[in-house]
Amino acid sequence: MISAATARKNAPLWVRLLLPRDAPLYQRNDAIMGWLMALPALVILAVFLVIPFLMAFVVSFTNQRLISPNPAEWVGLRNFERLLTIRTFTLEPERDESGAYVYDGGSLSYPRLRNFTRNNPDYPELDGLREFTSWQSGDNRTVILAGDVVFLRALINTLIFAAVIAPLQGGLALLLALLLNQALPFINVFRAIYFAPVVVSMVVVSLLWRFIYDGNNGLLNTILGIISFGSFQPVDWLGNPYTALPAMMAMSAWQAVGFHMVIWLAGLQTIPVSLYEAAGLDGAGAFQKFRYVTWPGLRNTAVLVLIVITIQAMGLFVQVDVMTRGGPLDATQSVVFQAVQRGYHKQDIAEGAAISVILFVIVFTIAMVQRYLTRDKS
Amino acid sequence: MTAMSYETRERLILSLRYALLILIAAIFIFPILFMVMSSLKPDLQLLRDSASLRAFLPVGDISLNNYADAFERVPILRFAFNSAFTTAVSVGASILLNSMAAFSFAFLQWRGKAVVLSLIIATFIVPFEVVAIPMLLIVNNLPWIGPQGIEIGWLNSYHVQIIPFIADSLGIFLFYQYFRDLPDELVEAARIDGASIWQIYTRIIMPIAGPILATVAILKFLVMWNAYLWPLMTIRSEELRPIMVGLQYFFQLNIAWGEIMAYLSMVTIPVLIFYLALQRAFIESIATSGIKG
Repeated sequence: MISAATARKNAPLWVRLLLPRDAPLYQRNDAIMGWLMALPALVILAVFLVIPFLMAFVVSFTNQRLISPNPAEWVGLRNFERLLTIRTFTLEPERDESGAYVYDGGSLSYPRLRNFTRNNPDYPELDGLREFTSWQSGDNRTVILAGDVVFLRALINTLIFAAVIAPLQGGLALLLALLLNQALPFINVFRAIYFAPVVVSMVVVSLLWRFIYDGNNGLLNTILGIISFGSFQPVDWLGNPYTALPAMMAMSAWQAVGFHMVIWLAGLQTIPVSLYEAAGLDGAGAFQKFRYVTWPGLRNTAVLVLIVITIQAMGLFVQVDVMTRGGPLDATQSVVFQAVQRGYHKQDIAEGAAISVILFVIVFTIAMVQRYLTRDKS
Repeated sequence: MTAMSYETRERLILSLRYALLILIAAIFIFPILFMVMSSLKPDLQLLRDSASLRAFLPVGDISLNNYADAFERVPILRFAFNSAFTTAVSVGASILLNSMAAFSFAFLQWRGKAVVLSLIIATFIVPFEVVAIPMLLIVNNLPWIGPQGIEIGWLNSYHVQIIPFIADSLGIFLFYQYFRDLPDELVEAARIDGASIWQIYTRIIMPIAGPILATVAILKFLVMWNAYLWPLMTIRSEELRPIMVGLQYFFQLNIAWGEIMAYLSMVTIPVLIFYLALQRAFIESIATSGIKG
């Protein structure tokens, strides 16, 4: 009789590699079958998820293009610098020889911005930057300059989109779930109807709502007109830079609210009925029951719902691609839309990858916040 | 308060509740109803009707002409076949690959299992949008054995639409969770009876994996049938284009709204019918996938 350790030492290499140290030798079929059965899925995940993910980081430090005769070169942080550079700059009004302000038709006159941002040796840090926005501060003009004006706009839009849609969609979904969380006749019919848009493609929904939002014959204008007895002035919802992004938010919430309603419902089911009964005996009203029984029981669901919506919202693409292509006046540019514009349409994979990395850093931060909020306090 | 007035009050609250439920249902139904009704109307009438509630009614000059015209303008059947083909293959393959991997994680002992499993769970937070661009570079350089021997580059093919999606960490995790909760005796008893590992997988475990199989299949079906970003970037030729990308034909040319509505109805109604038939399974799938956190 030889010991297990000796038997293991005498076993073939593959057994020693694949079999757990503390497993008996007769389980060697487990070890090889285990690897073989997991392998196809692992290879696919490695080639199409892990490697592209790692490549995003590597490629973002190069000038790689999709198809190029020249090999890619390392460019360090240049892609990120261009995408993320933001500077404020103060323009002072022009003065004449005596030092008095020069007026041009009643208003102050300022030097041209490009005098500072184009090859001006005195301002090397401003070279190549462009105006993002500006405002008057006293006699001076404060200008925000950005290395990539369109990307900065896309980043801000996407963050606004996510920040608005998470509480909006999550809150509406909770209201719907509360409304449905009671054993009434036909309640399943309503649940099925509220959920239906979730199975409809976002491409279809976006095209459909393009018609609903139309400025001339749009259905939304018609309905608002009927409700307000004709006093509502038609709006070109997607053609107006102030309404385009909010319109997109409303539509996205309409499409996905049923999804999160179902998750809230699942969370509501986990709250024991006895807690409500006890609260009722203590004289709690409907609102108090919600405040002291329902809401504390939904805490983890709440974090999950908000995080899932936020992460999905950061991936905003289809709506932009189908409805506005980033317009009007870049009011609906989004991070992923820009990544596709540059990585695919302009074949600048490196810049697309840099944008992907920035997106991942944001999503990762959000996921870590979720970890922190749902951590076990004990 | 008398018993009667209490009852009246309850009844009033209940009717208000139903009124609210119906009003909200209208908000979810109207756009879809509008889509279907508009698909039956000529463009001029469609535009005129949308200025009133006639938009939701099948009135006026009703016909299937838009459907016929849409068929004439784009090869819808070709697109539908492409989508059905890539979806069916992906759903089938993803059930096989994901369940095999999950079976291995749940029941077999091998070295490195714990590390690999936690890596898979870690990939949950990588959205597809993050890897899409570098993936383009990868598929552009992958080899494939074609009719002329080994070719480099997967762009513009069926396999580029299928293979990247036949395994996914959520699918593996859902199967794994389900297998883990099965009683150990099931596998142990089969082992004692001398069943091979492959037999345990095909004869014992998969036959009772129905519910989770439906969940994984439904989630994959929705992702593949609605695929847009990836085929948009990888497919150039019309013969390989899936149905959602085919919609682009309509918003590049002069917009013919009646035909668009017909096309939208055609790609949506089958999914809606499928959904309504399997409503409970669909909703439970989503609830299961949502609680993965």
